[in-house]
Amino acid sequence: MKDLLSAIGKLPPLAQIPIVILLFLAAAALVLFLIEIAPRKGRTYTIIRAVACILIPVAVFLLLGSVWWAAAVAAVLGGVFFVLDYRQKEGTGYLFALAGFLAPAFVLLVIGLVYPTIQTLINSFLSSRGNFIGFDNFVWIFSSENNLVTIRNTIIWVLVVPIVSTAIGLAYAVFIDRSRGERFFKALVFMPMAISFVGASIIFRFIYAYREEGQSQYGLLNQIVVWFGGSPVNWLQQVPLNSFLLMVVLIWVQTGFAMVILSAAIKGVPAEQMEAAQLDGTNAWQRFWNVTIPGISSSLVVVITTISIASLKVFDIVRTMGMAYPDTGVIANDMVSLLQNFETGRSSAFAVILFLLVLPIVIFNARQIQKQREIR
Amino acid sequence: MGSTTLHRRVLLPIAIGGIAALTLAACSGGGGPAGDGPGDRGEADGVVTIYGTIADTEAELLEQSWADWETENDIDIQYESSKQFEAEIGSRAQAGDTPDLAIFPQPGLLGDLADRGYVQPAPEGVADNVAEGWSEDWAGYATVNDTLYGAPLMASVKGFVWYSPSQFEENGWEVPQTWDEMLALSQTIADTGEKPWCAGFGSDAATGWPGTDWVEDLVLREAGPDVYDQWVENEVPFTDPAIKTAFESVGEILLNPDYVNAGYGDVTTINSTPFGDPATALVDGDCALHHQASFYDGFISDAGGEVAEDGDIWAFLTPGTEAGASAVTGGGEIVAAFSNDEDTIAVQEYLSSADWANSRVSLGGVISANKGLDPANASSGILTQAIEILQDENTTFRFDASDLMPGAVGSGTFFKGMVAWVNGDDLDTVLEQIEAGWPSE
Repeated sequence: MKDLLSAIGKLPPLAQIPIVILLFLAAAALVLFLIEIAPRKGRTYTIIRAVACILIPVAVFLLLGSVWWAAAVAAVLGGVFFVLDYRQKEGTGYLFALAGFLAPAFVLLVIGLVYPTIQTLINSFLSSRGNFIGFDNFVWIFSSENNLVTIRNTIIWVLVVPIVSTAIGLAYAVFIDRSRGERFFKALVFMPMAISFVGASIIFRFIYAYREEGQSQYGLLNQIVVWFGGSPVNWLQQVPLNSFLLMVVLIWVQTGFAMVILSAAIKGVPAEQMEAAQLDGTNAWQRFWNVTIPGISSSLVVVITTISIASLKVFDIVRTMGMAYPDTGVIANDMVSLLQNFETGRSSAFAVILFLLVLPIVIFNARQIQKQREIR
Repeated sequence: MGSTTLHRRVLLPIAIGGIAALTLAACSGGGGPAGDGPGDRGEADGVVTIYGTIADTEAELLEQSWADWETENDIDIQYESSKQFEAEIGSRAQAGDTPDLAIFPQPGLLGDLADRGYVQPAPEGVADNVAEGWSEDWAGYATVNDTLYGAPLMASVKGFVWYSPSQFEENGWEVPQTWDEMLALSQTIADTGEKPWCAGFGSDAATGWPGTDWVEDLVLREAGPDVYDQWVENEVPFTDPAIKTAFESVGEILLNPDYVNAGYGDVTTINSTPFGDPATALVDGDCALHHQASFYDGFISDAGGEVAEDGDIWAFLTPGTEAGASAVTGGGEIVAAFSNDEDTIAVQEYLSSADWANSRVSLGGVISANKGLDPANASSGILTQAIEILQDENTTFRFDASDLMPGAVGSGTFFKGMVAWVNGDDLDTVLEQIEAGWPSE
C-alpha cells in the first residue's frame, strides 16, 4: 500500500488525479456490486460470494499489511454471507447462524474497544516508566491550574455546542419545512458538514485574524468592525470569549447535521395529530411544543448525543486555532500532547477523566431508549 | 436447495476463508515488536530511509549533499520529511513503524527514545568520527546514559540579534556591547516613536519555541554555564530565582508595550505572529531589532534582503552582562538509527564525516560544528562567523536547553509557558506550570 501510494506520489500532479479518482471509483463499484448481489439466490451468486470471502481479506492484507485486519474482515464477510445464505430458514440452524453473525462483531469489539479501555485504565495508575504509582497521575492533573482550565473548557464545550447547534438546527428545520426552495436551504446549511475540522478552522482563523489598527485588516470580522468605525480586536486573545469563538466552528459544522436529521423527523410526525390539535384551537407555538417535540424526541436524543460526543472529542479545532492563545485547551488536545511526549500515565489519566465525562451521556441515552421501548 | 448443496455452500467459504487466513498469518513477517531493544533490525537491501524535520528547499539541498555518495556506493537514500516529526516519531517508534535513520532536532527527544530502547547504539565507525570531528560537549548531546547513540549533523548558533546596518548608521546608533546598552538602545529607538523589536512565537503545535531561546540566552549569560547545566537537569528548577531573573530580563524587552511588537501590534500578537514573518518586517524597515538563530539568514534572503555586513541586514550576538563575554547557545540535529544493517551503518558513518559536512555546507544556508569543516565553505558572512564561533576554543557553547529537556517540558510545558507568559499570566504561576511538566521519573 505504502509503495503503491509513494509510486503514485512520484508522478506529476495531473497524472495523480485521474489515478486516485479511478482507484476510488473502482473501490466504490466493488462495494456496490457486493451489496447488490449479496442477498440474491442461486449457485452463481454463492460462488461469487465465496470468492469475495477469500479475495477481499487477501486484498485487505496486501493493502494494510495487517493480519488482524484481514482476519477480521474475513470473519465479518464470512459471517454476513453465511447468514444471508441461511436467512430464509428460521429453526434448527437459526441460533447457530445468529452466533456466526454476531461473533465477528463481538471479537472486534473486544479487540478494538474493551481491551484498550482496560489497558488505558491500568496505564492511568502507572508512571510513564510503567511503575505503579497509585493516584499520582490524577493528583497531578487536579493540582495544576492549567489542567483544571482544560477540564472546565471541555465541559463547557459539551454543554454549549450540542444545545446551540441542535436549537439552531431545529429552528431552521421548522422554518423551512414545506417552504419553497427547501432543498436549496437545506443544502446551504448542510454544506459545512463536508468540510474537515482543520479546513473549517483555517477558514475561521482568517475570519478572526487581527492586525493592529492602521494596517489593512485581512480578518473579515475586524474589517467589518473597521468599516463601522470601531478599532480592531484581537478576538482570540480575549478570555473567555476565545473558547466560544472556537465553539462557533464546531457549531457551524454540526448545525447542518442536526437540521437534516430533525427535518426528516418532523416530516414523520403524523399529519392527523397536527390536524386534531388544530381543530382543538391551538396556536402554532403550542402545536410545536406539544405535538412536534414529543413526536421527534427520539431523534432529538440521537442528535444531541452524537454532537455531545463530537464536542468531547474536539481536538483539531483547538490544535489548528488555539495554540497561541490563552486558556483554550481541551482534554483531547492535552491527551495527545502528553502521549507524544511519552507521558503515557498522565495521558491515560486524562483519557479516564474523558471517559467519566462521557458516561452520563451514555447512561442518559440508554434510559431514553428504554423509555421509548416502554411506550411502544 | 438440498441439504448437501447447503452444506457445501456454507462450508466452502468458511473453509477457504480459514485457509486463506492461516496462509496470510504464515507469510506475515515484519519488524520485531516495538520496545524489544536494539537487536538485528532492518535489512541491507540497498535502500536506507531517513526521516526528519528538514523540509522544502532545505530537504532538496540535503538530498543534493549525498547524491554523489549514493551513486558511488550504490545505496538509495530515501528521505522523508514531516513538520510533525516530533509528534510522530514517538508514536511510530511505539508502533514499530520506524525509519532506518532519524534526524532528531532535539537531543531530549532522542534521549526519550534511546532510554526506552528504541534506538540502536552508534556503530564503531560513527563513534570514531564523533571522537575525531566533534568536541566533547557535542558528543555529550548524542550520548544517553553513557552510551553514544549517534552523531551531530548540522548546527545553528542561536541568540543573534538581526538589525539593519544602514538604519543604524543613519540614526547614529551603535551596536550594543552589553545587555544594559541593548536596553538603552531599545529606549533610544522607542523615544523616536517607533517600536524597536519585533518577535514571532507562532509555529503551529510548537508555538512558543522562539521564546525559549530568549530565556536560554539570558540564563547562560546572567547565571552562567554551571547553573544552565543544572537547569537542564532540573537540579535548578524553573521556579528558582536564577531562572525567574532571566525571565524578568527578557520581559524588560518582550513584555514592554513600547518596545514590541513592531509592525504587528501589541505584546500579545507575538504569539499569533508566525516566527518566519518578522523577516519581512526587518527587510521592510518596520522593525529595527529581531532575536533569532543563524538559520534566519535564509528567511531574510527569501524576504528579499541581503545578509552582509554592508548589506540590508546583519546581526550581532545577544550581548552578555559584560562586554566581550562569549557564551552562546545553539542547536543542531543528531542522526540516530533504528536499524543496524550494513547499508544503514554506511550511511550513518558518511553523515557523521567531515566530507558530508563540507559537502552540505558548501551548498549554502547551514553550518556544522564538525572540526573538519572549512569556514570558507559557508555561503554567507553570518554563517562563516557562526562556524568560527563554534570552532573557537574560548567560546562557552551550550546546546538549546529546551531541546535537551525531556519532551514533556522541553517541547511541552516550556512552550506553553512562554505563550501564557506573553499572554499576560503571572510569572510565578507560569514558572510553576512549566515545572509541573517534569516527568515524575
